[in-house]
Amino acid sequence: MLEIKNLHVSVDGKPILRGVDLRVAAGEVHAIMGPNGSGKSTLAHVLAGREPFRVTAGEVTYEGRNLLDMAPEERAREGVFLAFQYPVEIPGVSNIYLLKAALNAIRKHRGEPELDAIEFLARIKDKLKKMDMDQVLLNRAVNEGFSGGEKKRNEILQMAVLEPKLAVLDETDSGLDIDALKVVADGVNAMRGPERAIILVTHYQRLLNYVVPDLVHVLTHGRIAKSGGPELAQDLERRGYAWVDAETVASASAAESA
Amino acid sequence: MSTLLEALMNRPYKHGFFTEIEADVVPKGLSEDVIRLISAKKREPEFMLEWRLKAYRHWLTTTEPNWATVRHPPIDYQEIAYYSAPKSKNGGPKSLDEVDPELLKTYEKLGVPLRERELLAGVAVDAVFDSVSVATTFKEQLSKLGIIFCSFSEAVQQHPELVQPYLGSVVPYTDNFFATLNSAVFSDGSFCYIPPGVRCPMELSTYFRINAKDTGQFERTLIIADKGAYVSYLEGCTAPMRDENQLHAAVVELVALEGAQIKYSTVQNWYPGDKEGKGGIYNFVTKRGDCREANSKISWTQVETGSAITWKYPSVVLQGDNAVGEFYSVALTNHYQQADTGTKMTHLGKNTRSTILSKGIAAGHGQNAYRGLVKVAKSAVGARNYTQCDSLLLGDKCAAHTFPYIEVKNATAKVEHEASTSRIGEDQLFYCMQRGLSSEDAVSMIVNGFCKEVFKELPMEFAVEAQKLLGVSLEGSIG
Repeated sequence: MLEIKNLHVSVDGKPILRGVDLRVAAGEVHAIMGPNGSGKSTLAHVLAGREPFRVTAGEVTYEGRNLLDMAPEERAREGVFLAFQYPVEIPGVSNIYLLKAALNAIRKHRGEPELDAIEFLARIKDKLKKMDMDQVLLNRAVNEGFSGGEKKRNEILQMAVLEPKLAVLDETDSGLDIDALKVVADGVNAMRGPERAIILVTHYQRLLNYVVPDLVHVLTHGRIAKSGGPELAQDLERRGYAWVDAETVASASAAESA
Repeated sequence: MSTLLEALMNRPYKHGFFTEIEADVVPKGLSEDVIRLISAKKREPEFMLEWRLKAYRHWLTTTEPNWATVRHPPIDYQEIAYYSAPKSKNGGPKSLDEVDPELLKTYEKLGVPLRERELLAGVAVDAVFDSVSVATTFKEQLSKLGIIFCSFSEAVQQHPELVQPYLGSVVPYTDNFFATLNSAVFSDGSFCYIPPGVRCPMELSTYFRINAKDTGQFERTLIIADKGAYVSYLEGCTAPMRDENQLHAAVVELVALEGAQIKYSTVQNWYPGDKEGKGGIYNFVTKRGDCREANSKISWTQVETGSAITWKYPSVVLQGDNAVGEFYSVALTNHYQQADTGTKMTHLGKNTRSTILSKGIAAGHGQNAYRGLVKVAKSAVGARNYTQCDSLLLGDKCAAHTFPYIEVKNATAKVEHEASTSRIGEDQLFYCMQRGLSSEDAVSMIVNGFCKEVFKELPMEFAVEAQKLLGVSLEGSIG
């Protein structure tokens, strides 16, 4: 579904990603872990099309198309979803209004009829219950006055309603207490399916206890330094990120001397 | 993203067409003779001509105000034609069937299909084209309730006993340079009288259109709500696109007697000029309401998206005890538009209350100023005011200014003021676009969210129009 080849990205002339390679197939859940400043969030934002990031080399193919050529809203309509680490507040715009506008934009793109308010509400109610969210939150302004946990749950609710093909969750677990973490994890697990790929960007292994990934990748210094099964996340939790760095440096110098 | 928004922002003005219609235009320039000619053309009673001449003589002694933040080249008042009317046979039309079909088509294009409105929408419309009123719908149904809703000229002829005592009683002809000019040369407008205890069953609406070249539009509206009466009044405005600036200097006077309520809503979309700031309407308007007796209420709601320059302060004089004044405003300036707008709340009566909610949006090189005065006189025991002024900036070449003046002479008064300025965030836009919305829809949604508290004060039909208008006016607003 997604293929990233030798991706280089810089921000304000400073290279952040320096040759990322990644293949994600439908039905898979990948975790991307790494220390602060390793480029995890940059990768998530580049996939969604955030502007200040400049792709200097490499390519990204999504369902056979060049993803980097697509505008952010087109990516969204084609099924790319980003759960934001810091969901923004939009005063005066109700949560339900945004969600309905988003769903209808996507449906229209797919050639499906737009849903009216009643159909939409029926569809959303059940998902709301699963996310353990109060219906009152729907009528409040987008993320305004939401607690940290409510914001994150709201992201997962949006994902559940919009039913993306490729969901990228950017540190959705950060700042959540254990109960909220479980709710979010349940939400993510409910989304797992043969047609859908999920990329979890996370700093900690904690979320991965509840959402067990198929593959774990370690991103350091703008490259994927190591990939493995779920056990890699456990290793990282125990040993930190430094040993991966050391290994990378060692292999890099070995490659150079060879 | 910026370039995309810029493209959006530069969408053309939709109402900029010109109607080919034969017009009766008075030669350019201003003199006592011109005023006599206007008055004669309108077959006015003597008192009206006298009043006009007094205003004109006073005007000669006044100078243009220069305290607003707006900038424009000097206006040559001798280069303006003060009267232009679509030519019609044998006086004015008696019904819609007698109105020139070209005119009806114009209103149709503007989304004011008079005929359909009459039949379906239940909104009574008075349409003012250049200097004269061309059609008033629903007049008959309204008159059964004793409601008078007609053009100002007709009121002067048919109901002088109502016009004479109230004309200039809220905005005297000496009020200010532009109001004085209007008093001398005004050619038409709307008049409305609601008798005691009557609740006007439909929205009354006036649609103003400037069509002819080199003319000014100087209309005058007078609304009187007698004891216990209620009326909701809507006003809309458009003009063709021209490279020259055109002057619009209107006066609106509202009078609310005991327990009466007037709700006055405006969606102003005069031609704003092109994206380089060429052309556009100078909208220099004096609007004031007088809560003359106890328990009366006047509420202004305005959505100002058009005009090259807007200079306008719909105000309320709270004379009666327990009177309530409200001002809800959205003012948007894009490209090189300038707005200096706000309100004056003058508290004279006991326990009078006022609320001011102003939302200013500046985009492109737009300049947006809120200017307000809350005045509590010694007599206004227990007066209360709440003011909130929010500004939203789109891009980094625009500016927002806030000038709140407060004068309190009574220690029991409670006056609150809150203000905020924020910038529309790239992160907000990106968030919406990541959910599948186009940048255009995202901007319009965010701005509409910002204006929501004001829009909810508008009658339903107008609220929808205002939201759409805001979307159009903002195209390409992040530079």
